[in-house]
Amino acid sequence: MLTSIKTNNFDGCKSKELGMMYFRVAIVLFGAQLIMGLIAAIQFVVPGFLFEILDFSVARMVHINALVIWMLYAMIGSVYYLMPDETGIETVGIGIGKLAFWVLTLAVSIVVLVYIFVQVGAGTEFSIWFIHEGREYLEAPRWADIGITIVVLTFYANVFLTFMKGKRTGIMMVLVADLMALSGLYLAGMFFTDNISMDQFWWWWVIHLWVEATWEVFVGALAAYALIKILGAKREIVEMWLWIEVLMLFGSGILGLGHHYFWIGTPEYWWEIGALFSALEPVPLVAMFVHVFYDWGKENGIAIAKGEKPTEMKNSPAITWILLNAFGNFLGAGVWGFFHTLPQVNIYTHGTQFTAAHGHLAFFGAYATILIAMMYIGLQGAHGIEKLKSTFSSKMAAILISFGVMGMTIALTTAGYEQILVERAELGATWNAYFTAQNLPWYIQAQAWRAVMGVITLIGFVFLVWDMLNIDKRKTQKI
Amino acid sequence: MENENASVWSSVRFWRRSAGWVTGVSAMLLIFLTFDSVGQITMGTDDDLKNKITKRVPAPTVINYHIDYKMSQKRGHEVPVIGEKELFFGKNWSEEEARALLHLGKLTSQAKNCMNCHTLLGNGAYYAPDLTKAWLDPTWETLAEAFGGKEYAISAFLQDPAGMAMHKRRMPNLNITEDEAKGLVAFLKHMSSIDTNGFPRNFSKSVEQFKQGETNAH
Ligand code: HEC
Ligand code: HEM
Ligand code: HEM
Ligand SMILES: [Fe+2]
Repeated sequence: MLTSIKTNNFDGCKSKELGMMYFRVAIVLFGAQLIMGLIAAIQFVVPGFLFEILDFSVARMVHINALVIWMLYAMIGSVYYLMPDETGIETVGIGIGKLAFWVLTLAVSIVVLVYIFVQVGAGTEFSIWFIHEGREYLEAPRWADIGITIVVLTFYANVFLTFMKGKRTGIMMVLVADLMALSGLYLAGMFFTDNISMDQFWWWWVIHLWVEATWEVFVGALAAYALIKILGAKREIVEMWLWIEVLMLFGSGILGLGHHYFWIGTPEYWWEIGALFSALEPVPLVAMFVHVFYDWGKENGIAIAKGEKPTEMKNSPAITWILLNAFGNFLGAGVWGFFHTLPQVNIYTHGTQFTAAHGHLAFFGAYATILIAMMYIGLQGAHGIEKLKSTFSSKMAAILISFGVMGMTIALTTAGYEQILVERAELGATWNAYFTAQNLPWYIQAQAWRAVMGVITLIGFVFLVWDMLNIDKRKTQKI
Repeated sequence: MENENASVWSSVRFWRRSAGWVTGVSAMLLIFLTFDSVGQITMGTDDDLKNKITKRVPAPTVINYHIDYKMSQKRGHEVPVIGEKELFFGKNWSEEEARALLHLGKLTSQAKNCMNCHTLLGNGAYYAPDLTKAWLDPTWETLAEAFGGKEYAISAFLQDPAGMAMHKRRMPNLNITEDEAKGLVAFLKHMSSIDTNGFPRNFSKSVEQFKQGETNAH
């Protein structure tokens, strides 16, 4: 079984091997994320759990940092994986790419160990440089920030130079432009200021312009690649759609940033700008949904017409996760995002469990899903399997993880609803109002359900890893 | 596509160019608005405070003033009201001292990771109360007298949160020193003076109302 971890059957294609290295670390970090999330979730229900041993702040910091990092790993892995297919050539700087991988992985390990074992520092610059920065999602200490920047620069140089040398497809063009914006934005989150309004102003430049602009475009490009690769969709049409998606995503997402500037000290004009543009953000998500399902249906139809079984796609687990992505992106980001994006609503929902509900479904639906699909595409290539079929465990993984995350989202939405009505609308968000809402029986019940659904998610994850480790059992399907 | 002249709507080139233009224009607009907003949220000066010029984010020396959060008929929501001078930890803080104290407070807030349990200006984690207006929280008013001023009460709490716990879900001891606690209280007081366009809403309801305790909304 464990041989499957090391199998790399790419006929010497080094870029794909490098991609697989990133995928492997990503899946491990995904597991760490879930365990830390569960610890934090239990602390909501059992207040004394690991108190002053591994406090909520520590568990949560590792939870969301592992999330961001595993996604970045899987994104880098995806690019290294698809680049040879798109450009038609080997990636130019494999040696430096491998070095960057090891440097990054070493740095990430040190950072996580410091998070867990050092936890907090004194109120000095030293803590910011060497322990953590204490800014949600961007906690990485300054030394690691600089390290990450260098590693990302080498990655980007690799992508850019390979693009220049090889075939310049539309997908590569979008990726090259998008990755530049994505890396550049990280710099906006790297400075210290005493002014908390200024701090959060730039903090959102990174967080929002990542997840609601550059990452979404990235996903559009991945979906385009996957549709061509596993469904055999026609490139011209897929790439035309991709440009339309870029237009709509950036057209709404860039100024949609305003929906985070309602209450942090910034002027009132953001109410209108933020409301208008962020309300448009679901439109491209609907378009992406329609696009993927349309192509899927069409290629299925063509297969049936040819007398093949429609389920015999080249990679059914990947297709499953891509369909989940199209739907989850629309639901988690589009629908749950729209729920609270107008200032009239957001004044009450801002910073409640409702935000957490949206955060979970959006990150899962928009990103976790498609990155898992990319891992399956990678595994298929690594094992040289012509048609990768779904298995019992691959289906259980998709069902349990989706059900678990959806369940957590519904539980958190319920909890959020109670919190909004009681703490925010009725009592006015004081310390006492906060705990009055936290102690409502139905709120507590919802938090308990979230923990239960978290366990289900974790079981699904175990199935996922099991399935991925046993990929080589499907060798019989090899050509 | 194969035939560029067929229709502009199915031309890759048309959509690629449009995507470029829309992205460019949006980015330019954002940069323009950013210049304006950054100007408006830059901290004011001590002279602004002395001359009663309202700034969205006042100078650090705002800790020398009484702060309130009141309904504004004109704006239709609550706004911070900076009142008369008051002593903070028994003294009046010079510009330099206030800046240094706020700096220590902000650094400590990051080093101790407040934002991964609490929300600040509504952003962060949802495990503990929002700290945007914590300085003005009615609970502190009830404790102020016993501690000789609410800054002392908050500072005592931050140094021994588990010891002073009010609920089953406790805040852990984060090894906060007395100086760091002072800085944090300054940071909280400064944050409560920021004009947040009325967030959190209804916060200014009286202490009395909250004393009625549990609601019956189940
Ligand atoms: C591990 C989670 C955690 C961390 C980290 C944390 N707190 Fe708390 N905090 C809590 C909890 C829980 C409460 C509620 C305690 C109670 O009611 O007994 C609380 C209460 C408070 C209160 C009183 C509530 C109010 O509205 O006035 C203040 C002030 C406060 N914390 C400030 C801070 C500051 C400043 C930091 C960072 C230095 C911080 N906390 C870090 C969990 C945390
Ligand atoms: C895949 C895309 C998206 C992801 C991953 C995502 C994720 C998140 C996360 C994690 C937060 C919480 C941030 C925090 O910790 O403070 C958040 C906040 C928010 N999101 Fe999204 N989001 C996405 C898309 C959208 C869309 C399309 C909309 C609107 C239509 C939206 C509206 C909002 C709003 C209004 C908030 C602020 C909540 C608050 O005031 O507390 N999001 N998002
Ligand atoms: C085992 C399953 C999981 C559990 C039990 C869990 C639990 C938690 C908890 C307790 C928090 C802190 C919320 C708060 O501050 O109140 C949190 C935050 C978060 N989690 Fe999870 N989580 C799980 C899985 C996931 C997954 C699969 C994703 C995304 C792919 C995810 C993304 C996030 C995000 C983005 C936040 C920050 C939300 C915000 O600030 O609004 N989590 N999670
Ligand atoms: Fe956003």
